[in-house]
Amino acid sequence: MKVEGGIRFIILSEVVIPLLLLIFGVYHGVMQVLYRAGVLKTDSFLGIDYYQGLTLHGVINAIVFTTFFAVAFGNAVVLYLLKKPLRSAVQWVAWFMMVGGTLMAAWAMFTKRATVLYTFYPPLIGHWTFYIGAVLLVVGSLLPFFLDWIPNAIAWKRENPDKKIPLAVFGVFVNHILWTIMIIPVAVEILFQLFPLSVGWVDEINPLLARTLFWFFGHPVVYFWLLPAYVMLYTMLPKIASEKGKLYSDPAGRLAFILFLLFSLPVGLHHQFTEPGITNAWKLIHAMFTFCVALPSLITAFTVAASLEYSAKAEDPSVKNSKFYWWTRLPYLRLEGDKWLFSYLFAGLILFFFGGVTGIVNASYNLNLTVHNTAYVPGHFHTTVGGLVLLAFLGMSLYMVAKLRGTDVRFKGLAALAPYIWMQGMFMFSYAMMVGGALEGFPRRTNAGLTYLNPDSPLYRPEWVGYAQLSVVGGILLGIAFVFFLVSFFGTLFAPKVRESVVEFPIAEAYHDAPTPVLNNLKGWTVAAVLLAVLSYIPPLYDVTQRGVFHNSPAYNEQYPIPLKQLQQTEAKTKELSMKEDR
Amino acid sequence: MDRAERNALTVAIVLLLFFFVLIVYAAKGLKIDLPTCVTDVQPFKEGKLIQHAPDRYELHVVAKMWLFDFNQGNTEIEIPAGSTVDIYLTSSDVVHGMHINGTTVNLMAIPGTVNYMRYKFDEPGVYHVVCHEFCGVGHHAMQGKIVVK
Ligand SMILES: [Cu+2]
Ligand SMILES: [Cu+2]
Repeated sequence: MKVEGGIRFIILSEVVIPLLLLIFGVYHGVMQVLYRAGVLKTDSFLGIDYYQGLTLHGVINAIVFTTFFAVAFGNAVVLYLLKKPLRSAVQWVAWFMMVGGTLMAAWAMFTKRATVLYTFYPPLIGHWTFYIGAVLLVVGSLLPFFLDWIPNAIAWKRENPDKKIPLAVFGVFVNHILWTIMIIPVAVEILFQLFPLSVGWVDEINPLLARTLFWFFGHPVVYFWLLPAYVMLYTMLPKIASEKGKLYSDPAGRLAFILFLLFSLPVGLHHQFTEPGITNAWKLIHAMFTFCVALPSLITAFTVAASLEYSAKAEDPSVKNSKFYWWTRLPYLRLEGDKWLFSYLFAGLILFFFGGVTGIVNASYNLNLTVHNTAYVPGHFHTTVGGLVLLAFLGMSLYMVAKLRGTDVRFKGLAALAPYIWMQGMFMFSYAMMVGGALEGFPRRTNAGLTYLNPDSPLYRPEWVGYAQLSVVGGILLGIAFVFFLVSFFGTLFAPKVRESVVEFPIAEAYHDAPTPVLNNLKGWTVAAVLLAVLSYIPPLYDVTQRGVFHNSPAYNEQYPIPLKQLQQTEAKTKELSMKEDR
Repeated sequence: MDRAERNALTVAIVLLLFFFVLIVYAAKGLKIDLPTCVTDVQPFKEGKLIQHAPDRYELHVVAKMWLFDFNQGNTEIEIPAGSTVDIYLTSSDVVHGMHINGTTVNLMAIPGTVNYMRYKFDEPGVYHVVCHEFCGVGHHAMQGKIVVK
């Protein structure tokens, strides 16, 4: 489908802008393994200190890049499959909110005014621009859904009353419905707790309430990252694997998306298993729902594998009757046409297998005591968000840029190789982090090279050295893989135009299909999801506001062990004194 | 849904149920449970190690930027092997973590609240206590010690 003018610019820039930022995010990822291993024994490097860099790494990679991509991908998918024009005015307002919000938050982080990590747990507090920037970014990302995609889908439905909404659009819609719901608790946290505290309208905050609201958002957000990748796995991967490829079952895909809608929300307490002030019965209930949300991924594992089997056998009938041999017929490293994209999704899937297993460990209630806040956790989520999600987004970014610019993918070999190098690097990095974390208690979020991995420090912990060194090797491989990708990405972006600018996706047909009116009732499932989420959060919210918290807390800056107000007062006093002396 | 799909779904559900039953057994049968909402102990200002019996202790830990106060400002304490310790944990400023390496004691210290866990130190040795939640620029030096003799 042809696309020109403003809409083309908007989608293109929503892919390119976050990728430019991602360069810094990945750069600091590599720096971090060096810091943690004590290769860099310092507080800061090139003017960015460890925790500031960690904040940038988290916010850019996990919040900014993913949000921008979800909007760009949603815009393109909805445009391509519903064939209805997007509204320029809506898109521009959303664009300015997202870019403006990102710039505000980036300013606060780069100038060291918000070194609070991407979870921004109070009572550590950052500059208000960080919080308002984040709100602008996420609220801006909702506008296209409500003002563009939904009206277009309603119009499409009117013209096609007996057709189901296409699965890719269905997945994108489920994802943005989830996004809309989960933004409410974090918006409440930011607008009613953190923002007033950061500008000094209030003096105190309930940190446990803030954490509970945060994780009401913080868990489903990982599914907000994941679902675009799942849309690609269901609807595009079979077609990339083979021209004759088909999705094994369309209803299975819809069922998986509906299960995500239902069970992504009532599970946030699995991030708070070790916290005080919350009755553990509710923690167990959230653990149970977390097991439920594993189910759609297990369904996906089956459906995607079955689709790959179908595609491989359609491509090469000689493996028709084999149980395992068809695995050798997949285009693991092929450069013709769009086959290079297979590398990204396949390497991502392999990493995600380990991400899923380790995620179930995290969710397992008391088992969480052995791994909570150790390096195990980043080890786990680098195989999910740094594995499948990132690789799918990078691959699709490159694909979309080539289509939108009308260029050929340049340095295709590098592009196709990058995901496998990334996968290998991530294996080494995550293995080191997970084993070091689970067995030896190597903590996360710690500039360990200064103390724990410094033989000259009294806090030296030699048992962590081997793991940290292995993660350095992994980190360097990850850096190399990313450079390979960048060469191809910017090569493609600036290559000469050889065909029309289009929005286009390799959408596979379904092998098994059925009308499934129950699954397609998004309104009904949304209401059910909201009800389940609210019910499962009433008891813990009662605990953290009424029973478990004895008093509120003043704000702190990460540099000083005294409350911020007190600090500002003493600063004001010394200033006054020195001014008097000057006179 | 065809037969292969039904089989896959059954295997997935059985597997998850099996895991969940094991968890509940470990929590309720073996009593390896998570911290819960403590309402009978008020947040405290000072670390204290109280001995109730030769092998029974009560430990009040205050996590603060950037040390663990185990006993009147001490960041290191000694207890005999085989002691059962009731650990109470609070924070006097920001959020901290408290992970006693090599044990299942893994708690968050949140200001305004009290966290609780009981642990029996059977093996003698040095137990490093690490803060594993970012708590400011001194975070990577926030480590205490429990020496079990
Ligand atoms: Cu989670
Ligand atoms: Cu700390």
